[in-house]
Amino acid sequence: MVSKAQIKHVAELARLSFSDEELDHFTEQFDNIIDMVEQLNSVDTTDVPVMTQVTDLVNVLRDDVAQKPTPRAELMENVPESADGLIKVPAIMEKED
Amino acid sequence: MNYFNQSLASLHEALATGAFTSEQLMQQSLDNIEATDKDIKAFLRMNEHALEQARAIDAKGISDDQVLAGIPIAIKDNILTKGLRTTAASKILDNFVPIFDATVIEKLQQAGMIVIGKTNLDEFAMGSSTETSAYQMTHNAWNHDKVPGGSSGGSAAAVASGQVIAALGSDTGGSIRQPSAFNGVVGFKPTYGRVSRWGLITFSSSLDEIGIITRNVTDNAKLLNVLAGLDEKDPTTVANETDFTQNLNGDVRGMKIALPREFMGEGVDPQVRDAIIAAADTFRELGATVEEVGLPYSKYAVPTYYIVASSEASSNLQRYDGIRYGFRAPDAKTLEDVYVKSRSEGFGAEVKRRVMLGTFALSAGYYDAYFKKAAQVRALITKDFMDVFKDYDLIMAPTTPTPAFNIGEKIDDPVTMYMNDMLTISANLAGVPAASIPAGFNDEGLPIGMQLIGKHFDENTVYRAGYAFEQATDFHNQVPTVGGEA
Amino acid sequence: MNFETTIGLEVHIELKTKSKMFSPSPVTYGAEPNTETNVIDWGYPGTLPTINKGAYELGMKVALALHADIAHYTHFDRKNYFYPDNPKAYQITQSEFPLGSNGYVEIEVDGHTKKIGIKELHIEEDAGKNTHGNDGYSYVDLNRQGTPLVEIVSEPDIASPEEAYAYLDKLRQMVQFTGASDVKMEEGSMRVDSNLSIRPIGQKEYGVKTELKNLNSLVKVRDGLTAERKRQEEVLMAGGEVRPETRRFNIDTGKTELLRVKEGADDYRYFPEPDLPPMRISDDWIKAVADHLPEMPDKRRKRYVEEMGLPAYDAGVLTDTKEMSDFFEATVADGADPKQASNWLMGEVNAYLNANKLELPDTKLTPAHLAGMIKLISDGTISSKIAKKVFQEIIKNDTDPKQWVEAKGLVQLSDPAKLTPIITEVLDNNPDSITSFKNGKDHALGFLVGQIMKQTHGKANPKVVNKLLLAELDKR
Repeated sequence: MVSKAQIKHVAELARLSFSDEELDHFTEQFDNIIDMVEQLNSVDTTDVPVMTQVTDLVNVLRDDVAQKPTPRAELMENVPESADGLIKVPAIMEKED
Repeated sequence: MNYFNQSLASLHEALATGAFTSEQLMQQSLDNIEATDKDIKAFLRMNEHALEQARAIDAKGISDDQVLAGIPIAIKDNILTKGLRTTAASKILDNFVPIFDATVIEKLQQAGMIVIGKTNLDEFAMGSSTETSAYQMTHNAWNHDKVPGGSSGGSAAAVASGQVIAALGSDTGGSIRQPSAFNGVVGFKPTYGRVSRWGLITFSSSLDEIGIITRNVTDNAKLLNVLAGLDEKDPTTVANETDFTQNLNGDVRGMKIALPREFMGEGVDPQVRDAIIAAADTFRELGATVEEVGLPYSKYAVPTYYIVASSEASSNLQRYDGIRYGFRAPDAKTLEDVYVKSRSEGFGAEVKRRVMLGTFALSAGYYDAYFKKAAQVRALITKDFMDVFKDYDLIMAPTTPTPAFNIGEKIDDPVTMYMNDMLTISANLAGVPAASIPAGFNDEGLPIGMQLIGKHFDENTVYRAGYAFEQATDFHNQVPTVGGEA
Repeated sequence: MNFETTIGLEVHIELKTKSKMFSPSPVTYGAEPNTETNVIDWGYPGTLPTINKGAYELGMKVALALHADIAHYTHFDRKNYFYPDNPKAYQITQSEFPLGSNGYVEIEVDGHTKKIGIKELHIEEDAGKNTHGNDGYSYVDLNRQGTPLVEIVSEPDIASPEEAYAYLDKLRQMVQFTGASDVKMEEGSMRVDSNLSIRPIGQKEYGVKTELKNLNSLVKVRDGLTAERKRQEEVLMAGGEVRPETRRFNIDTGKTELLRVKEGADDYRYFPEPDLPPMRISDDWIKAVADHLPEMPDKRRKRYVEEMGLPAYDAGVLTDTKEMSDFFEATVADGADPKQASNWLMGEVNAYLNANKLELPDTKLTPAHLAGMIKLISDGTISSKIAKKVFQEIIKNDTDPKQWVEAKGLVQLSDPAKLTPIITEVLDNNPDSITSFKNGKDHALGFLVGQIMKQTHGKANPKVVNKLLLAELDKR
């Protein structure tokens, strides 16, 4: 069982918000999903490697050569709010530092 | 015109001999899409410059060796097209106009192909029915009450309904193969690393792969020839010197094919199972051997996949924060508002579910039990495959447990929806190439797909078997009686 | 009650590369906002990172200079957090397998040497920069986003603000010698976060630590830590408790101020970066990087004292930066006397650099020219007075000192055949001075020398003049 409080904490980490009604519905669905994934608990994974990639590639490296930057005007085309070549956001509060 | 009786070869022939121009082909394709897409709703938007680009190709002329030049192709809307809005079917990218092309788009354009338009998908490719799109409901080409599958539902329905000869999709857990099976077309997910992901809007970094949907195997292999290869912008790609059309000779004598019993068991519709048993017989008649094998860990594929994919997605989708591009909630007053409101209003329910699951699986205190555990089970699932491939050249299986289901049938039951991917997910977890090939119809006339899974970087064996099967059967020549013309 | 202090330092150093850590956009300073970035730095959809080999090798250099073990296997990890200067909302860093571990720095405080352990070094990408307007908005410049950083995490071995100062100074110097970074705190290419806790002497467990952020000079680190130590002592002496906080040092009040209280551990949800294949670092590769490491300052100092006979103080000043040390060695190699070369570099050269706020490479001075000038002094071609003129010339222009003094007629007059007639004339014109000299008035000699120098426009070699003058006086 995942509690509503846990769901709320995860939502905060993910910067998502849910109405109370959504949260109830969601908690139920989330519980079902967690039940499903908890099937994995029955698998013995002693000494099994952690696989986070599928290729056998290693040391795929780039030489330290600078390429031309993307023109600022192009990058700015999609910016919701900007000023003087800077991206504008509501003030960052100290507590978020 | 529609593309029911066409192939890349027949189109090239007509273009090279001047039977029609690229502009005429483009115009007729656009007219046909306009007429048929009211019912199918495969396309989110068309390329306004398509005719102009076709004229430019005509002006240059099409030589005999430019086998793809002047031919329109549809692109799933999670692949970036410079100057052509790309949304991943999400409200959060509603106004997003890419300032660069995906590597696959550059390659197609170098071959002279023209992007005709962008196709619908499940939001951020998260879904199995294209119902999670923020924009529209795409319909199965064979029965409009049915889902087209997903997440590349738009691309598969566009090819199946004759709107285009080919389309690009992406496949993270079956998103090319499953809609291809539901729509009776050929869908192929190459080996992870075969095709550059640069410009593919990331869902799950270690699972996503761009692939191809066509009406037949030959066309599919021709397109992979163009798309495959090393891209210095994607460090997971490898160099390619293979010609993927070289083994299309109909000969599968001596090929050793494995049929995993786990893929034919509980949850698999009897009609689907019968079609695969019949397909196995076809291969035997062609001189291959087909034997039952076990992939015991594949029964954990669905939960493993949902942890791995959602964890990666939770991180990959954090960049949609309302700051540099995409949707910013208009009433956001504080920075926290910009984040929370933009994301909560910009993402749909399924995306939020997966972001939440992934965030949970990576969070302090749960990482070992969820993310790490899933990454270990992934290793076991992969090992199963490697073990089978020690003795066999190819694995065959159904692509999906059932043919296309009804629109709305599973959308509010995530777990049931997820189980629909149970047969396709393992190939992504292991990174191996896998195709869906038309293998029959059920009694409702809905297509059934056969999945062919190969060894890492052995796409040729998949194509070889798929081509031989295609030559021995007539399923791929069937066309739906919808969309105006048949 | 007596307390002991425990300080841990996290030092971020910007690596001096041409391109960014995970994207090929240029690394530059002082450019217009958002003009030195690309779609990768912006975290655009569909973009992927690539690993900068040069940056990784610079990180290895730093690790090797600090005597750390290099990890033979590593992969990058994602550290997830939302912030406007963090475009992907994750930072690519190394968490599970850091680049290096188990290093140390040897410091000297009050005549005692001490080893400060380095727990680990890891490579990561820098964030962009936020500036805060007065209009209720913040503004984001992503030029710095993706600049390669190496983070150096000390063991909690540092027992005082003075040791912290010595550690950072030494660290700065050693890294500077590797050439991997400019390591300038004022410019932000070296940034320090420090943790300090105190505990009653004898107590086993550490006290509650507080973090001091953004101290942008060594002096501020030392003074900030001193102030924080004093504050914690006062809190504990008053029976209070130190809370886990982030604080900042107010240079005007000399006190630290609360920035924020730390509530629970941050949850960064680290996991292996799936977009980048892992790295295997062979012994051969490590050796190849180590072979390119220059001799470190400690070794050089020892050599300057033992082999060149320089005072320890000189050796210390000359090895403050690699540029200075290399310049000194090249000057000596070009034939200059080591002590003379040291005197000039520590004296006139440093004075010139400080007065003009320049660095050695910003001037036209070359080791060959400095050595040439020093040779002209020691062989008597020029006086030390003229040498100051020559110095002003060779530091500003690419001028050969020998050719220049000849062309300008600044060569000293040392030829007795030319000097004797002048001396005779001066003596003839100043009979009173001769009398004074004979009566034991030494200042008369100085007067006569002055007259001779005047006649020769300062070019006469004082040593030769003295010798000839005394001989001539003897005759009178």
